[in-house]
Amino acid sequence: MQEEIRNKKLEVGLNHFLTVSVVLFSLGLYGVVTRKNAVMVLMGVELILNSANINFVAFSRFGNFGINGELYALFVIILAAAEAAIALAIVLNIYKRFANVNVDEINNLKE
Amino acid sequence: MIENLLADVSLIVPEVIVSVTLLLIVLFDLIFNKDKSLIPYIGVVGIFLALYFAIQNIGVNTHAFIVSSGNQNYGLLALDSFGSYFRIIILIASILIVFFAKASSEIQQLKERSGEFYALLFGMILGMLFMVSASDLIMLYLSVELLSLSSYVLAGFTKLRDRDTEASLKYLVYGAASSGIMLFGISIIYGLTGNTNLFIINDVFRSVSVNVLAYSFSIILIFAGIGFKISAVPFHFWTPDVYEGAPISITAFLSVASKAAGFALLVRFVKSTFLLNESDGSWILLNGFDWQTFLIIISILTMTLGNFAALWQDNIKRMLAYSSIAHAGYMLLGLAVLSDQGLLAIMVYFLVYIIMNLGAFYIVMLIANRIGSEDIKDYNRLGYASPFLGVALTIFLISLTGLPPTAGFIAKLYLFLALIDAKMIFVAVIAVLNSVVSLYYYIRILKHMFISESETEVEKFKISMNEIVFILILLVPTLLFGIYFSPMVDFAQSCLSIIGN
Repeated sequence: MQEEIRNKKLEVGLNHFLTVSVVLFSLGLYGVVTRKNAVMVLMGVELILNSANINFVAFSRFGNFGINGELYALFVIILAAAEAAIALAIVLNIYKRFANVNVDEINNLKE
Repeated sequence: MIENLLADVSLIVPEVIVSVTLLLIVLFDLIFNKDKSLIPYIGVVGIFLALYFAIQNIGVNTHAFIVSSGNQNYGLLALDSFGSYFRIIILIASILIVFFAKASSEIQQLKERSGEFYALLFGMILGMLFMVSASDLIMLYLSVELLSLSSYVLAGFTKLRDRDTEASLKYLVYGAASSGIMLFGISIIYGLTGNTNLFIINDVFRSVSVNVLAYSFSIILIFAGIGFKISAVPFHFWTPDVYEGAPISITAFLSVASKAAGFALLVRFVKSTFLLNESDGSWILLNGFDWQTFLIIISILTMTLGNFAALWQDNIKRMLAYSSIAHAGYMLLGLAVLSDQGLLAIMVYFLVYIIMNLGAFYIVMLIANRIGSEDIKDYNRLGYASPFLGVALTIFLISLTGLPPTAGFIAKLYLFLALIDAKMIFVAVIAVLNSVVSLYYYIRILKHMFISESETEVEKFKISMNEIVFILILLVPTLLFGIYFSPMVDFAQSCLSIIGN
């Protein structure tokens, strides 16, 4: 009985991980382009970074490239944290000055 | 193991000195809470020391921080004459910027925050120094981010007006998105080749055929990140807004040093990763992605957009922003030639570009200190308020246009010669026509300064001795290199070698 379930179980391979990462990347890019709220735009950026992380780890696991990919993912996670800290400080500064954080309303510099 | 590490560290002494100076600045900022006037001088001493060791490093050709095992000795950093040349350019620009910031009234108003300002500035310098020698995709990404994170903060550092904050938000949003896209491209390259070292990637591309679609897609994604740094079309949207909003000293630094580091990174990336072989100084790249056509299209778009958009700008910083986009377009043509001659043209162009562009920005800053405005309208009759500033700005603008007898002419001359030698006559003609367009908006400022009538009486400016000396330091080379340029070209010629396989 258990043997049958195991045979029917979906084998999770590289393609599944890559599909997830491409979906995340597209959602992130879509968020960056369409969202008006600066915090939502930054969340889109986080999605893009995490999609790259999934790629690194998946390639490293399924391509037998050693553990370099996992290490790169760690670097990126740390960097994303630093970037988020600076980004939120800047957004807070924007909020103090303009009382909102909508990217398209903050447009004093002329085109 | 330890010996190897120490030997590697001795190769990156300039970077180490800049890091130590950064820490010293932070310490001094905490200890001497009352008087911060000492901090810029610590910075200058640090940069001079770093410059000394960078000059010592010319002629070194080696890999540092070796990561791969076996018989391949490729590392995280590639140290060569080309990298040393760009390190020297960046350090010279940094020294000038420290004095620049000291003279700027925007920065003087910071008072107790000035320590943080210089600490962040050194963060930028450190990122740039690593960018010019990074030979591993992850190192490349980390150094770009090190530069970006400091510059996001500095773009809005003064918080004097609405536009400062806005500039830093725009820089942050565009920068974070484009570096994220670059990282995704890097992850695809990693999947295709199993490594992130540029030289090993090159080996893999030579021996194994990879999926052309994924290959080209990842290159374009990586170019998005680098193109953002050098403000190439279509990744230039941030440039005018950030340049207009940021404090002038940071605008000047972004337009020269950050661009130089971005170019060094792009040249090394293209040459190390895609070179098939070299004959008589011209590079033959791997099949699969047509770098030459790609770069020519990008550069023509970049310079045409930069020049035409600059025509109707009312703010002089915004106009100089578009002009710097146009200059990035010319310099990309030097890379598109894909030969040592084109590389020489880029290197000469950058040396001249930092001098003349910093000069123009410095005078804009001096005028803004006095009249509190950067509108071209307010420049009416300023040439008579201070003939010295007027004449100096005239010379810098003529040099930016590329007319003799200034250094800007020599820079353009080498570029166009490289284009003609590579039989790219059509592209050369477009570049020359673009220079003609640029004459209009540079001369327009001169018209305002010397010919237009002013409604209000202009007062005479007092210029201090320091300011005159700083302007002369930039003005003399601008004129001298226009006539006696062989030392500059010889120096660039001796630094052409990029370490390869």
